[in-house]
Amino acid sequence: MVSKSYDDKTHYYGKVWIWTAVLVFILVPVSACVYYNAWPPFISVLKGLLGVAPIFWTVGSIEVITFTPMLGTAGSYLAFVTGNLTNLKVPCAINAMEINEVKSGTEEGEVVSTIAVATSSIVTTLIIAVGTLLLGTLTPVLNSPVLKPAFDNILPALFGALGVVYISKNWKLAATPMLFMIILFISAPSLAGSVGILVPVGAVISILMARLLYKNKMI
Amino acid sequence: MNFDPNSSFLYLVAVAVILFILAQSLFFLIRAYKRGKEIGMDVKKLRKTITSSAIFTVAPAVSILLGVLTLSKFLGLPLPWIRLSVIGAITYELPAATSTASALGVSISETITSPTVYSAIVWVMTLGILPSTILVPVLLKRIQGGLISIKSKDSKWGDLLISAMFMGMISAFMGMVFSNIRKGLPGWIPIFVMLFSAVLMAVCGLLINVFKIKWLKDYALPICMIGAMIFAIIITPAIS
Repeated sequence: MVSKSYDDKTHYYGKVWIWTAVLVFILVPVSACVYYNAWPPFISVLKGLLGVAPIFWTVGSIEVITFTPMLGTAGSYLAFVTGNLTNLKVPCAINAMEINEVKSGTEEGEVVSTIAVATSSIVTTLIIAVGTLLLGTLTPVLNSPVLKPAFDNILPALFGALGVVYISKNWKLAATPMLFMIILFISAPSLAGSVGILVPVGAVISILMARLLYKNKMI
Repeated sequence: MNFDPNSSFLYLVAVAVILFILAQSLFFLIRAYKRGKEIGMDVKKLRKTITSSAIFTVAPAVSILLGVLTLSKFLGLPLPWIRLSVIGAITYELPAATSTASALGVSISETITSPTVYSAIVWVMTLGILPSTILVPVLLKRIQGGLISIKSKDSKWGDLLISAMFMGMISAFMGMVFSNIRKGLPGWIPIFVMLFSAVLMAVCGLLINVFKIKWLKDYALPICMIGAMIFAIIITPAIS
């Protein structure tokens, strides 16, 4: 396990950074309202929020429970500020731990996961910053119809490679949630828009199967 | 005051947020690197982790940049730049902007001209995503405490539990790839791309384990991803 003092300090620094981040996030709308002297009517913010909050608050809360064990302490404090968890930070951390043959929850796992999440956050921020500044030049390239299929298929391209590694190692564990999800998405394609909420469903099925197989000494 | 969603003031706010994100990331990167050295981890491995994570990030980051482009037509550049550099993602920001715009009876097909509409959208985007950020400092220690207690009772089950959670995420996203197959052959393109990526990874596995090409291990995932994205560029016009 991660040694007490280092881990406690990580929690302390993590909390300082994340609460400051919350303040920074809130200062963005506050500064826009103050600078333009344009405070929106409370009711219109509430109406807008009602359209998205029920689903995103639920998904966000579940993501905390699902992803923090994989990301480790510092990785969690950082990834939940810099975002893009499922398509970037979680696969990046898991892949880095796999390459280094370390497990999450260990001292080495904590170091590797933090380095992966931090590097990924820095590179993402820089790419978006450079891209934003060079937008005039980059827009025709990024919007070109030739490249469109590549970006449309970024998730299959990521999860194909990632999936084969984990499924080949844990195929008994993977079979049931995979089959369930494939049947579910074929029967109800519109669910693709709410994949975030199905991640914990997959996790629960997977955990129940894991328990069953483990109890019966099949895994 | 005339409102311009691309004003210098909003760019300044964006730069301040970006600098904060970079500072936080650098702080944890340096701290973890030092800790790795302290506990005797191989410095070469730590450096390789930085390189491989950076390379892996490029393709998804460019895809996030595309999200900035999409939103900028309506919201100007600074706000999407801020939102997609922090916890936001295009899958959240677009519905948040649409939901607020429709509540205010505004269309999202043209650039915002009202500061009130703009600030309402920024509030909704911010408040709609805040709980996950707030819950981390509140719940993290408890979640870890629970995991430690499970692991101390049965370490194999503790490891299995984390693998099972990750498998849940993989299965949901892999299942999603099948959502368009009822649309005929073009709906199969994501599945072909996923299979191609999986085959590439299997080949990489073979090269690493059988032919002992060890350097490939650090770069296998980005290579497979980019290979499969190129494959998508080739097969899409042929199939559609």
